[in-house]
Amino acid sequence: MTTVAVKPATMAQALGRAMRDAMAQDPTVHVMGEDVGTLGGVFRITDGLAKEFGEDRCTDTPLAEAGILGAAVGMAMYGLRPVVEMQFDAFAYPAFEQLISHVAKMRNRTRGAMPLPITIRVPYGGGIGGVEHHSDSSEAYYVATPGLHVVTPATVEDAYGLLRASIASDDPVVFLEPKRLYWSKAQWNPETPAAVPGIGKALVRRTGTSATLITYGPSLPVCLEAAEAAREEGWDLEVVDLRSLVPFDEDTVVASVRRTGRAVVVHEANGFGGPGAELVARIQEKCFHHLEAPVLRVTGFDIPYPPPMLEKHHLPGVDRILDTVARLQWEN
Amino acid sequence: MTVQELPGAGASHRSTPPPAWRPRTDAAPLLPDPEPYRVLGTPAAEKLDPELMRRCYAELVRGRRYNAQATALTKQGRLAVYPSTVGQEACEIAAALVLEEQDWLFPSYRDTLAAVARGLDPVQALTLLRGDWHTGYDPREHRIAPLSTPLATQLPHAVGLAHAARLRGDDVVALALVGDGGTSEGDFHEALNFAAVWQAPVVFLVQNNGFAISVPLAKQTAAPTLAHKAVGYGMPGRLVDGNDIAAVHEVLSEAVRRARAGGGPTLIEAVTYRIEAHTNADDATRYRGDAEVEAWKAHDPVQLLERELTARGMLDEAGIQEAKDAAEVMAATLRERMNAEPVLDPMDLFENVYAEQTGRLREQAEMLRAELDAEEQS
Ligand SMILES: Cc1ncc(C[n+]2csc(CCOP(=O)(O)OP(=O)(O)O)c2C)c(N)n1
Repeated sequence: MTTVAVKPATMAQALGRAMRDAMAQDPTVHVMGEDVGTLGGVFRITDGLAKEFGEDRCTDTPLAEAGILGAAVGMAMYGLRPVVEMQFDAFAYPAFEQLISHVAKMRNRTRGAMPLPITIRVPYGGGIGGVEHHSDSSEAYYVATPGLHVVTPATVEDAYGLLRASIASDDPVVFLEPKRLYWSKAQWNPETPAAVPGIGKALVRRTGTSATLITYGPSLPVCLEAAEAAREEGWDLEVVDLRSLVPFDEDTVVASVRRTGRAVVVHEANGFGGPGAELVARIQEKCFHHLEAPVLRVTGFDIPYPPPMLEKHHLPGVDRILDTVARLQWEN
Repeated sequence: MTVQELPGAGASHRSTPPPAWRPRTDAAPLLPDPEPYRVLGTPAAEKLDPELMRRCYAELVRGRRYNAQATALTKQGRLAVYPSTVGQEACEIAAALVLEEQDWLFPSYRDTLAAVARGLDPVQALTLLRGDWHTGYDPREHRIAPLSTPLATQLPHAVGLAHAARLRGDDVVALALVGDGGTSEGDFHEALNFAAVWQAPVVFLVQNNGFAISVPLAKQTAAPTLAHKAVGYGMPGRLVDGNDIAAVHEVLSEAVRRARAGGGPTLIEAVTYRIEAHTNADDATRYRGDAEVEAWKAHDPVQLLERELTARGMLDEAGIQEAKDAAEVMAATLRERMNAEPVLDPMDLFENVYAEQTGRLREQAEMLRAELDAEEQS
């Protein structure tokens, strides 16, 4: 057996490679969006696709998010698999009408006759010093919409594997890309994409016994760092990476929390009405008798995303996570 | 150094033309003729195709009867709501007739009749309005997109589908219907712009029926006509009398032909009138007077064609009766079929949300199953 070279790659490269491989394998896969062609996208994720596959397969569209997603609906109705890039999280909002009224509902309203295999790539989250409207964590809007899958990778391998799975899915997938991890690197073997599970499966990224941190996307590295730091305080933290917000892998989460008896949910999005609220509700329904302490959350504040010079105070960091973990020392 | 010696001094700012900026200079042919195009009652009617016109007539009569029957069904509680197209039948029918088998129709919520005229089973076409299911047919089988309730959102779909078909080398044209109010929506703009940039084989037909619920055209837009909007996108705009089926058919056919031949999209405004209220929930007397309605009734699409065809000897009493009889048969069958209670399975609620049911949905389905079982036992 030949061994394939394992090379360092960034998440951005892995995402681009996933689209490239999907396009090479399936002629119905089309990439479209603002600046995705000649420029390769503002984050260069689609770099080289237009050159390799032509402008008909990787298309610079007019600047209109509803138009992009609406056209993708029609293309999918005709048997194509559009992969749409929304340039930044907050610029996807003009497309919400199409997303919610049509993309999410087409399979259901046609009683299964017309599924829409559309992947909507949305760079999301903060931590890159972006100006206003460039750092939103909009996952709560997406997860509140039945009919959409919502996934978010936190590792280079997952960026590739989950994007391939999303493009192959017969359902629409909102693919949230943690933009502050675009340049994170890992030793990566692109020849073994099947090594990571697909949509709907969470992974225990670190095993532990004293409490579970449940997180996803940009907060995973923060949680892993917090778990390392917590060792000094005598805490052995387990870290669960959700990977997929819809569907949500309840089994993995519940099994972990039942094992450790304590849980903290960590995400960048605002706490009120955020995905963490749903997770905490499920955990207390399923793990009530196993819990040694209330399930807590570390989230972004309930404020519009702050200006970049203040964002470090808003984003859940290691200290805030550790302080919250300390509160799990619950005494009645 | 004098002022004259300063670098750049004396050079008129006009002497250096800006680097290559070329406006399109071929806009004139895109402009609509401000007078709606008419055939019936004009010398152009001499060239009418008797075969086609008799078909149009039969469809118009059937369409009028269909509107009456559907409205009656709302009064009997069989339909939750029915947005009538009385007065607009020429547009609805011409839209269905100009399309080839492989072409696609993208109707708005008002366009049940266009879908039926294209051959869709009327009961399947009415499930949205009856309330038993949102879309009662397989859009791919009939090449009719689901009736779209959010206004103008179906327009970008038509563009995407037509674009996809062209990329695949298929001979497919998409025809999208929208109301005058819908032209104010952002999706209208985005769709037209995409269509023109992509030169997609799409035809946009605006049925300007005078009102968006209660709001008249003058409060909807300041454009000279809705057809003028085409010019800004770089596509031809055409204005047509929407009650003159010969004219609508001709203008639509020409646009479909152009699209098929790779000539790109066209925006057509058909000037017509909604004779009945917006829906059964609307009180039209609050925003318009009887005189206006009566004036439009005198320009009725069915009568216009009937008069022309009888005057030209293309249609006789027997032909008229035949069309009426066929319409009655359609209405009776529809009535009878709509009187049968639809059989619904509540467990269908959890089907077709995703390709594979999520754990969450399975749990909720079990809850409903248990509730249904308990109901049955009591
Ligand atoms: C996006 C959106 N906004 C509002 C409505 C509510 N609504 C339904 S019909 C209608 C008027 C539509 O007028 P027009 O586009 O002229 O079509 P017509 O009813 O005359 O066929 C409105 C406001 C809607 N369906 N969709």
